[in-house]
Amino acid sequence: MTDKVYGKEKWIQGLEGLKNDYKIYVPVKDGDFHAFMPMSEGKAPDFDYDNTRMSPKAVMYPESERLFEYSLDDADPEANILKESPKDFSPRAIVGIRPCDAHGFQIVNRNFDNPEYRDPWWVRRFGSTTLVGLGCNRPCSTCFCTAVGGGPFHEEWLDALMVDLGDRYLVKGLTDKGEGFLAKMTGGTPADEGAYKEAEALAEEASQKIVSSPPTDRLKDQKTTDLFNAPFWEEVAFGCLNCGTCTYLCPTCWCFDIQDEVFGKQGDRIRNWDSCMFPLFTLHGSGHNPRDQKFQRVRQRFMHKLKYYVDKYENGVQCSGCGRCVRYCPVNIDIRDICERMNNFESA
Amino acid sequence: MVKYTEKIQEIAKRLLQEEKVDVFIGYRKGTMPMMNQPVLITAPEEAARLYWDNFCGLNLCNYLTKRTDRIGVIANGCNSRNMVTHIIENQIQREQLYIVGIPCEGMIDHRAVMRAVHYKEILDIEQNGKTFVVKGADFEETFEKEKFLQSNCAVCTHRNPVIYDELVGELVEEQTDVSAYEDVEKVEAMDPEKKQGFFTRLIGRCIRCYACRNACPLCYCPTCFVDESKPQWVGKSIDPTDTLTFHFLRAYHCAGRCTDCGACERVCPMGIPMRQFTKKLNKDCLELFSWEAGLTLDQRPPLDVYRPDDYNDFIK
Repeated sequence: MTDKVYGKEKWIQGLEGLKNDYKIYVPVKDGDFHAFMPMSEGKAPDFDYDNTRMSPKAVMYPESERLFEYSLDDADPEANILKESPKDFSPRAIVGIRPCDAHGFQIVNRNFDNPEYRDPWWVRRFGSTTLVGLGCNRPCSTCFCTAVGGGPFHEEWLDALMVDLGDRYLVKGLTDKGEGFLAKMTGGTPADEGAYKEAEALAEEASQKIVSSPPTDRLKDQKTTDLFNAPFWEEVAFGCLNCGTCTYLCPTCWCFDIQDEVFGKQGDRIRNWDSCMFPLFTLHGSGHNPRDQKFQRVRQRFMHKLKYYVDKYENGVQCSGCGRCVRYCPVNIDIRDICERMNNFESA
Repeated sequence: MVKYTEKIQEIAKRLLQEEKVDVFIGYRKGTMPMMNQPVLITAPEEAARLYWDNFCGLNLCNYLTKRTDRIGVIANGCNSRNMVTHIIENQIQREQLYIVGIPCEGMIDHRAVMRAVHYKEILDIEQNGKTFVVKGADFEETFEKEKFLQSNCAVCTHRNPVIYDELVGELVEEQTDVSAYEDVEKVEAMDPEKKQGFFTRLIGRCIRCYACRNACPLCYCPTCFVDESKPQWVGKSIDPTDTLTFHFLRAYHCAGRCTDCGACERVCPMGIPMRQFTKKLNKDCLELFSWEAGLTLDQRPPLDVYRPDDYNDFIK
């Protein structure tokens, strides 16, 4: 391992130098919030941020992506043949990603790359993406990464980790991918004992700042039908607008919808993010909708994240504790509260 | 605010105790600063959960659509105007409602507060009438409420509820010296390309989550046109043309019905100034028909009526 310390400006210069090797996504200030954007788009990276409003999910899994295309022109010898659309799988790096969002990718990966199902586009992008994390020096009051298996400096799902030491970054290589990335970087001096000590103190301080800890210990042992029929769902769902804010901002929501769009004689098959909050999500061709009521859709979102996923993958909850849905839900539906209700539920 | 909260609790408790209503709809205090949650209570002892402050910027009329029970509900000016519209449009009956009127002095724009403290995390807000104190881990700042009103509240001329069965406090003075449409006039002055550019930029961040539509009490269609699938009307990707189609069509559907309550703008997770879509139509309704939505139960909205004696030729 060749951990290094970079002056802050040197680090950004080093990243600029990697533009030919990677498409580099960094947090930039975008209006009132931050967003991950490619460095080439001219905006300066801003690593002094809490977290982006949208998770970096779209870097790996775009909100809308053309999967296939076809011609409907009878004169075309290849008419009606579905052909895969060109896609960009070139190496990319998300620099400054928070450990919770890296956890999010890991959770989605479990769904998109498993013995039952492999999503070819996800798998290739996941494989070609390097995650250079940034430890969280000041977690928000809505953060609960430590309650779901992570932490503000958790290294497990990252390829490298930056630690903000004030005027410089300590950057640790954690995997071969991360080492490869750092090996291409210019500048930096080998990490010294002092830097590690400072980083350790920051990590300790940060984990103490996490004030939310919804319990998850009993979720696995709860009976699915008990939770499904629990009396609180109507109440939990009353204020819900059934909008897609929570699902679209979430780093771990993976559901999609595939649509064919035709313009003239050219057709595209497009994959769009979808949301279990929308009635259309479960509308059958017959016209029947098994989740035609709001509380059923709200229940589905929480049951999926906090029970079905828990049972299916035996690897914790489908939530990385980033707190986006807590911060941005327009009607303040708080997953921490619902998690606690589900976990502590006693059936009659 | 505290007084209003106490009064709301007291009235709700009484209405439920006396069985004048089956349910009561209001807000409860949120788990986050500047966020409150619509809540429905059914028992007098639950009345203590009710809450009111400067961040109740949703529209509770949204929660009344097609209910069949007797409902107690709180309503400030704009919310009550939507209730009028709901009654006219047969989404609820006047007799079902016991409206607890709230004379309103405007809601605080939570995004403006975040900007004012340079996006530092806000942990608590203390509201003291004309001022409020924003508290974080290492700062505390006091601001004047008047400078932080939601943009719709700053130009509101109907702060008092237009229909109510009981009030929580004295009626407040209405604002008269506001120019509500300066921003619309700027857009009107643009040439077509600039207008196109203006609206395209406006929706540049839209993620098609439909929070704006779903927070709007006017949007109660059983199937929204964007959800029509047999046949499909609008593409579902984030293609700008489809996204603009959604926003324009929705706005036109609200013409003559929108009360400028600002719920669409408040809920947008991407901070899109949603009112820019509806305000032009409000302005046209005012100029062409002397009409502001939801002020009277005696007249249907102008785009919702046919009169044989209409002075326009095209309609004959």
